[in-house]
Amino acid sequence: MAKSLLLICRRSPWSGPGAREALDVALAGGAFDLPISLLFLDDGVFQLQPGQQPAAVQQKDLTANLQALPLFGVEALYVARADLERRGLSAEHLSLPVTPVEDAALAALLNQHDLVITL
Amino acid sequence: MQAILPRLTAMKFAIALFAPPHAPSSRRALRFAEAVLAGGHEIARLFFYQDAVHLASSLPVSAQDELDLPAAWRAFVQDHQLDAVVCIAAALRRGVLNDEEAQRYARASHNLEAPWELSGLGQLHEAAQDADRLICFGGD
Repeated sequence: MAKSLLLICRRSPWSGPGAREALDVALAGGAFDLPISLLFLDDGVFQLQPGQQPAAVQQKDLTANLQALPLFGVEALYVARADLERRGLSAEHLSLPVTPVEDAALAALLNQHDLVITL
Repeated sequence: MQAILPRLTAMKFAIALFAPPHAPSSRRALRFAEAVLAGGHEIARLFFYQDAVHLASSLPVSAQDELDLPAAWRAFVQDHQLDAVVCIAAALRRGVLNDEEAQRYARASHNLEAPWELSGLGQLHEAAQDADRLICFGGD
């Protein structure tokens, strides 16, 4: 059986290629039918904020990559609720259906997976 | 004579690097990889992603009395004939190209040669699946 991978995304969307490259790891894994989960943590939660205007900073829209995740079989998407709230975001208004996780449950989420990559 | 570590405990490691050459984690990753082999274990693959692709460039120049980490990595990979994969998309984006890619994109020169191999992210997943342990250095 394939090992499960939890990919932890901590980069804000327009801080460099990091956020996009983390999603690329997830999409590549999904293309190989591997069990991949994503956790948006710290500034990574900004990737989920709707209504972004990447063209204003001459960047390509990351939303398309995010929305491709389910098409690649990456459907286990989590976000740290406290990190959303600290940044004035709400779990009810995000660009993607993600499961909010309380801080106390984060360790258990990591333990559920065979592999963890943080980007 | 029996080896200090019985073969039964030997493990296969996949090692992924994400940080640029000057990051402390890139030096620690090399020391870790050396210790893996010294301990009788195996390195299934080294995978260089994000800013770690600069470790594979043949162009960085270090002062004589400073550690030349790209050169140290190259020597380590060559000496042990390791499978060392550089992510092609991350490398192109950062100007790390082999001869073939330089020609494809009409660039005047290239800075990546053997023992490095340019390939895709599937190689990271394959190594992580195949190895007993995936160890990452320099992630955020």
